Amino acid sequence: MIIDDELANGPRPDADRRGEDEAVRAFTERALADGLVDVAYATVDSPIGALLVAGTGAGLVRVAFSGEEPGHVLDELAARLSPRVIEAPVRLDPVRRQLDEYFEGRRKAFAIAIDWSLASGFRRLVLQSLFAGVGFGETVSYRELAVRAGSPRASRAVGSAMATNPVPVVVPCHRVLRTGGALGGYGGGLDVKRRLLSLEGALPS
Amino acid sequence: MRSATLSEGAVIGQRLPPFQALVDEHRSALYRYLVASVGYHDAADAFQETMLAALRAYPGLRHGGNLGGWLFTIAHRKVIDAGRAGARRAVPVAEVPEPPRPAATEKGGDRHHELWAAVRLLPPKQRSAVVLRHVAGWPYAEVAAVLGCTPEAARQSVRVGLARLRIETRRSGTAEEGP
Repeated sequence: MIIDDELANGPRPDADRRGEDEAVRAFTERALADGLVDVAYATVDSPIGALLVAGTGAGLVRVAFSGEEPGHVLDELAARLSPRVIEAPVRLDPVRRQLDEYFEGRRKAFAIAIDWSLASGFRRLVLQSLFAGVGFGETVSYRELAVRAGSPRASRAVGSAMATNPVPVVVPCHRVLRTGGALGGYGGGLDVKRRLLSLEGALPS
Repeated sequence: MRSATLSEGAVIGQRLPPFQALVDEHRSALYRYLVASVGYHDAADAFQETMLAALRAYPGLRHGGNLGGWLFTIAHRKVIDAGRAGARRAVPVAEVPEPPRPAATEKGGDRHHELWAAVRLLPPKQRSAVVLRHVAGWPYAEVAAVLGCTPEAARQSVRVGLARLRIETRRSGTAEEGP
């Protein structure tokens, strides 16, 4: 056999894949332990499709619906938060568990810290007011939410806060409807909004 | 991505991709490079140390050009450091034996083992040059970027390393050609 070909085949090809997986796993574990992971992410299966969830040391920072391109979501996290973005499902276990319970109808409120970094100014204020004040099975109008956030005439701005909610489902923008009960819009699609409201027994007739 | 070089103005200001993208793109090639350079036993540690060092330094990079070359430069240095540390331990054994594997009892398995043991015993620069060129299949310009030398010097390191391997393992080889 010619030496060039032998080299190109690599050392111990039989053991490469297993050893490689183990090396990556050990690296990820150590990176987490050494505090080198600024943004950890995982994929969570759900009845509304696979959700990409991402967290920082401060809390849950992003939930993305399956319709969003994961590569774009991760690029955006790298650009806006930190390029130290690592796939680390173990770090998102509490989020996964609570989402599972929510979709099974066994959880009414999320006990998850939120990192609000991706929402700023008035939008952040509105989302925080929504997260703190509108519970499972309740709905609220855009105008009412504007009033609660202290700017009664800003219902249009409330609409754009909902449209750019970085943490949907957990920060419940699906509970925000048009005055009169029309569904309004939803980043994950109106079918998903309908499905979440129906799960909560709050679908307007 | 590897084809970009540090001197290209176009890559300045290019945003850094998520580190996981770097891991996913280069993990297989990097792991193979390390198995070839330090052996199967030490490859996992070397992989972990290379990736941790890269992750630590990553946010300080000024642009996202030639990240693969950057990663392998770190790996090349780790491999040299590991070799020095091994020499300092001064264990009077030339080489730590690999655990026996099923095929190793056959003649072919022994020959295979012999080749890779010889690769690991090459001087670091020749070893990295041979592995990047012939295991990873890189062009000389990129091998040179990792070794910090000219493409012609990289070609020379590969040539000398291969000649040494052929003599020590009594193998034939094709003429060294390519970009």
